[in-house]
Amino acid sequence: MIESENMKNKNMKSENLESRNITVTEKSEESKELLSVSNISISFLQYTKGLRKNLLKVISDLTLSVSSGEIVAILGSSGSGKSLLAHAILGILPNNADLTGEMTFEGKELDQKFKEKLRGKEIALIPQSVNFLDPLMKVADQVIGETVDEEDKKAKKAHQREVFEKYGLDEKVDDLYPFQLSGGMARRVLVSTALLQNPKLVIADEPTPGLDDVAIQETLNNIKQMAAEDRGVLLITHDINAALKVADKIAIFYSGYVIEIANVEDFTDDGENLIHPYTRALYKALPQNGFNLYKGHQPFHGELPEGCVYSDRCDQNTDSCMKINPDLREIEGKKVRCHRGHRKYSR
Amino acid sequence: MNKPVDTPKKKFHTSPLKLNLRTKTILIIVLTASMLVAIVINSLFIDVSTITTNFSSINLPPSFEHLFGTDWMGRDMFTRTLKGLGLSIMIGALASIISTVVAVILGLSSGMNKYLDSFVSWLVDLFSSIPHLLLIILISISLGGGVIGVIVGVGVSHWTTLTRVIRAEIKQINTSEYVHLSKNFGKSKWWIAKKHILPLILTQVVLGVILVFPHAIMHEASVTFLGFGLSPHEPAIGIILSESMKYLATGVWWLAFFPGVSLLIIVLLFDLVGDNLQKILDPTNAHE
Amino acid sequence: MFNYRKVAIFLGHKIVRLIILLVAVAIISFVLVDMSPVDPVRAYIGEMAVSGEHIAKLQEYWGVGQPMWEKALHWVWSMLHGDFGTSLIYRIPVIDVISERFTASLVLMFTSWVISGVLGFTLGTLAGMYRGSWIDKFVKGYCYVLLSAPTFWIALLLLMVFSVYLGWFPTGLGVPAGVLAENATFWDWLTRLILPATALSILCVAQIAMFTRDKLNNIMSSDFILFAKARSEKGWGLIKRHGIRNILIPAITLQFLSFSEIFGGAVLVEQVFSYPGIGQAAVAAGLRSDVPLLLGIVLFSTIFVFCGNTIADIIYKFVDPRIRESESNE
Repeated sequence: MIESENMKNKNMKSENLESRNITVTEKSEESKELLSVSNISISFLQYTKGLRKNLLKVISDLTLSVSSGEIVAILGSSGSGKSLLAHAILGILPNNADLTGEMTFEGKELDQKFKEKLRGKEIALIPQSVNFLDPLMKVADQVIGETVDEEDKKAKKAHQREVFEKYGLDEKVDDLYPFQLSGGMARRVLVSTALLQNPKLVIADEPTPGLDDVAIQETLNNIKQMAAEDRGVLLITHDINAALKVADKIAIFYSGYVIEIANVEDFTDDGENLIHPYTRALYKALPQNGFNLYKGHQPFHGELPEGCVYSDRCDQNTDSCMKINPDLREIEGKKVRCHRGHRKYSR
Repeated sequence: MNKPVDTPKKKFHTSPLKLNLRTKTILIIVLTASMLVAIVINSLFIDVSTITTNFSSINLPPSFEHLFGTDWMGRDMFTRTLKGLGLSIMIGALASIISTVVAVILGLSSGMNKYLDSFVSWLVDLFSSIPHLLLIILISISLGGGVIGVIVGVGVSHWTTLTRVIRAEIKQINTSEYVHLSKNFGKSKWWIAKKHILPLILTQVVLGVILVFPHAIMHEASVTFLGFGLSPHEPAIGIILSESMKYLATGVWWLAFFPGVSLLIIVLLFDLVGDNLQKILDPTNAHE
Repeated sequence: MFNYRKVAIFLGHKIVRLIILLVAVAIISFVLVDMSPVDPVRAYIGEMAVSGEHIAKLQEYWGVGQPMWEKALHWVWSMLHGDFGTSLIYRIPVIDVISERFTASLVLMFTSWVISGVLGFTLGTLAGMYRGSWIDKFVKGYCYVLLSAPTFWIALLLLMVFSVYLGWFPTGLGVPAGVLAENATFWDWLTRLILPATALSILCVAQIAMFTRDKLNNIMSSDFILFAKARSEKGWGLIKRHGIRNILIPAITLQFLSFSEIFGGAVLVEQVFSYPGIGQAAVAAGLRSDVPLLLGIVLFSTIFVFCGNTIADIIYKFVDPRIRESESNE
């Protein structure tokens, strides 16, 4: 099983090198950058009815970084393919996916070999649902993983018990099959699985859907706790409230592009500090902000407009918006992909 | 891992010599289908009387003159095999059409109401409980043998799988939104079946005929091999092979080898058509 | 682990179903045989010279001229008393023919069933593990060809190569002429089993290997494998812990569901190797209009297939923890 990947990208010398210092400033002194992702694109070769070939670009030109003790949320509608970023970081993309761009972990280039070394140890995934657990294996057995001998097994088992205990999972849970777990219990199992190896970076992929309010709050607290323990957290979610509650930075994901990386403080008052029109529309659509619904829908992959991906819905369209897709640019410590934003702030 | 950068397009770039999957698939289908048609047409034009016995050239091993050799009566095995293949393909085709018709009728009627549905599923259980070969033998006996017996026998024993597929498909369609709407508009069940269900299961039916075919032709060969159905004068592949058994001990291997290989190739070709057609019609699994 | 009461109820249901099924099969096969335009008396006599008196006796035996339902009723009635009639070919009670022949066939079928199951599962796992490699291509090619090859032809080839050309095995593979079945040595018996069992195994391997390969491919692209990889599981350990565990039950289930095909294969293989099993008897009975024997074989083979399906059902329902749970919560 070879993950088809190509990490090295000498041409794309990242402009984010300069930007790092800026984005990290508001965090504590010792906070250091863990993960840096530059100009990542993921595409799939797909066959449609009649076997017509179709190259589907799911993530385009994505740049992002996560530092220790920091929670960065990627906010995008469900099914938009943002989970693939998590899979790309872990090196578990399917074979027919093609990945370009550059990633580093603690300054070292993150290639497939390095990913395989890190995953499950330095970088851990909290998956979406209980479907990510082997249906035929008891919870504790699969959380522990492979063991060399009895002694190894005992040690790992003891450690697993300890972590489970911390998350309020009693011994009965160990012997349950995944389908027997309740929603909240499954969530806790997945969280404690991720923390078993004491990772530096945790990627939480849609941890909230299908949970009741109490469980959501509990999960978000867990995530905050992870950051407090100086881990970096990449939170992939479609739940803006969840993102607003815990994240330090929020990257808005729209039709495969990150259109803005805003600080969570910008989501206040009228949202006048938000630069991209879509981010504003999104913010204003929240119940507490007037419930202003925005019209239209995100263009699907494969039917993107020529210019800016938001141009067909934007109320501040210009000629260049229709023709040229803006780059992600650095503006006052934030990043945004918008012509208007550039103009406003460069004036 | 110091590979140069690939643009996404580059990875899936195909050289001009390598056809894309769509063209390749269609090409395979056209080629194999025309080959099968050619065999049938060819075999139709072979006059049985040209397969004459010629005792001056008995048991000849394969040569340019007799590609598949000759048998103990000096008959050219290539001509006999070709004729036999044509016969087998035609019997197989008729049998798979019968199976498909039965499957469509039963599948559709299972969508009509609950009682019919459980009856159909019981019928499927019943027919899959008797080993196919025994069932074909029984039916062939009951029809007094002959080509008809084989065709009906094979046809009647192969509808179960397709019926299951159609039944599941219809269940899915029946619970869908637009069918509910039609019901609310007071359309009759037959109207719904005709307008909504039939077009959607048409794909399944076309595939069904082609996927059943290899099984049909193999069972046809098996029953004729066992001696049921066709009379010994008809050069069906099963009969040729069962005759060859008597001469095996004398070392005339070509009598059994070539007709069998030919049948194998025909079945493989049909499998190929079926698989590729399935890829075209239902491409979810088609990754190179 | 097992819920015995559930299993008992389940089996009870199954037995009722089996009885209904057998009645239906009996009726259908009786009607089919009765419809046959072949005159059983004529077919039986064949080229023997018999007296008119004898013919009248035979006609009476077959109930020529009687309405069908009367014959059917008579047959079912005696069957319920354990009397399946007398085989016309072997001139002994049908039940004796079946018990002797079925035993021989069961040995053949069971051997091939086990060999093909183990071999097929192994090959399929290898092919699925090294997807796209030469071993995958080899297994795929093998399966494609084998699934398209007529059973009896493979058997013929084996016979040609190993018996005629190499001379390792006798060509007529029944018990040697003149030797009674019980006098044949174990070695005799084994040499007679090897080729038919090989032929039957070769064929059955294809289906299970293909299934295992596809299933493993499916499983390996599932979410829980993704997560296992994300937890740093990999290689053989990953496949063993999560892949094979998950395909084993479906594969075993499939193997039990293949009783019908293995029976069909056995009929053909026995014919080629003149192996004295139930298949050979069925063909003889069919060709020579031995109606009581044919009907008896149909019924017993139905029971045989039904057993396979039921075991598959039991495995499916009571071994998989997910389904086991939902059953006992009903």
